[in-house]
Amino acid sequence: MVSGSDMYRQQILDHYRNPRNYGEISNPTYTHVGENTSCGDEITVDVQLADDGETIEDVAFRGEGCAISQAAASLLTDEVRGMTLGDLYELDRDDVLDLLGVEVTPMRIKCAVLIEKVLQDGAKIYEGEIELDTTSTE
Amino acid sequence: MEARESAALDVQRFREDFPILERTVGEDVPLVYFDNAATTQTPEPVVDAIVDYYHRYNANVHRGIHQLSQEASEAYEAAHDRLAGFVGADGREEMVFTKNTTESENLVAYAWGLNELGPGDAIVLTEMEHHSSFVTWQQIGKRTGAEVRFIQVDDDGRLDMEHAAEIVDDDVEMVSAVHVSNVLGTVNPMRDLADLAHDHDALIFGDGAQAVPNRPVDVKALDVDFYAFSGHKMCGPTGIGGLYGREEILRDMEPFLYGGDMIEKVSFEETRWNELPWKYEAGTPLVEQGIALAVAADYLDDIGLDRIRRHEFELSQYAMERLAEFDDVDVYGPPLGAERSGVLAFNAEGIHAHDMSTILNDHGVAIRAGDHCTQPLHDVMGEAASARASFYLYNTRDEVDTLIEGIEHAREIFA
Repeated sequence: MVSGSDMYRQQILDHYRNPRNYGEISNPTYTHVGENTSCGDEITVDVQLADDGETIEDVAFRGEGCAISQAAASLLTDEVRGMTLGDLYELDRDDVLDLLGVEVTPMRIKCAVLIEKVLQDGAKIYEGEIELDTTSTE
Repeated sequence: MEARESAALDVQRFREDFPILERTVGEDVPLVYFDNAATTQTPEPVVDAIVDYYHRYNANVHRGIHQLSQEASEAYEAAHDRLAGFVGADGREEMVFTKNTTESENLVAYAWGLNELGPGDAIVLTEMEHHSSFVTWQQIGKRTGAEVRFIQVDDDGRLDMEHAAEIVDDDVEMVSAVHVSNVLGTVNPMRDLADLAHDHDALIFGDGAQAVPNRPVDVKALDVDFYAFSGHKMCGPTGIGGLYGREEILRDMEPFLYGGDMIEKVSFEETRWNELPWKYEAGTPLVEQGIALAVAADYLDDIGLDRIRRHEFELSQYAMERLAEFDDVDVYGPPLGAERSGVLAFNAEGIHAHDMSTILNDHGVAIRAGDHCTQPLHDVMGEAASARASFYLYNTRDEVDTLIEGIEHAREIFA
């Protein structure tokens, strides 16, 4: 049985209080919104691709939510800068959980993976692979 | 003082009827169950009634001549009389069993709303409606062209009755209002709303999901036309709820679901409906749940609904006094001293409700975190989510102290 309180280590709380890449990018290549309807978590991401059309040059997010969703957004946006969209699609939930570095309780996994889904869905919409208004992890 | 002492004694006795309250969660921490507005625990007599049905007289109702079917039918029908009596209805003709409050809302919305409403008509709801009523009437409005209006909620979590008087006009055909808010704990003036609706020849639907479990309800005194409740929030099983409807309205209204049991005579050309309330209960019904719900009603009546109301109020007041120790915790709804149910929604500054719930779970405390099926109300509150502790007849002040310790712990982590 995972103790929930153990999730709130210093790194998580630091990224929650002082999120990296928080804000917006002017004229991003794509913008996408995702939400956890059951939690009320909402995240919007802006992604700027390099001239090669596939490398993530800059990324920003904004929104509100629980410590887990916000810390994951802060950590993952740092991680994907410099990645190609191909690399981005390769990411799975274990990558996000590794970045968080704590054992996430089952009920909170959807909070942790929201940012990953939003980044990936936004890229797929940009590339014309899917049609979607809002990403939801609920 | 004497009342409080006897209530405290009773709580320990009642707790013995709920074995689940003895369990632990996580690393052997005693459970503190404060998610009663979502669902209440089930006392042994209710569980026994379900088992007894399957052990002794499991049979389909209204179909068999054989003895088992007769026994099941009689028990199931008597359960309607019991629940009718429980909420003050005149008899089984006015008590339809449904799946839950949501289905009760939908029954009236489909069977009455779709047939009676059109462009130029209006439906009035409150800003504190549960999605069960909010979404249902919103969609009926879209399908019929009827306008949907909302009575505003003031800063103390009460309905603005002046605003209500402004928006309930002669265009209004239906007023649907939650009796007790599942977030704010507010007890709405149901009778005043009914009078207002009737002054304009509108019908009134009361959502009693958070009222029937914890206070005496008399649909005749409230003068409502419809009134709904859920079994699993009042010590009954899941999958069963009730709809009170005024007999003359139920008689005239179209059926909701078609099928077996709701018919009297079927021919190739046409069908005649069964008598009330069976006209609204198509197909094999929720037999053992209905029977067990009647036992839940007995259980609550034996304790006394007014004592449950008082117990919930005292616990909520105690919790509010304790929460007032924290200057960074906001509690929503009516202020200390004002009438409210045992529902307490709160937020601690800088701590998301889900993080709060995760940490409280380590203390054994089960609360709800999120929007509690009231997203529009949370928009009015200016919060995406809230934490909600909700008390019931088996909860104690010691358990409230555990909640407070858990909140202190969360504040330390996020300090």
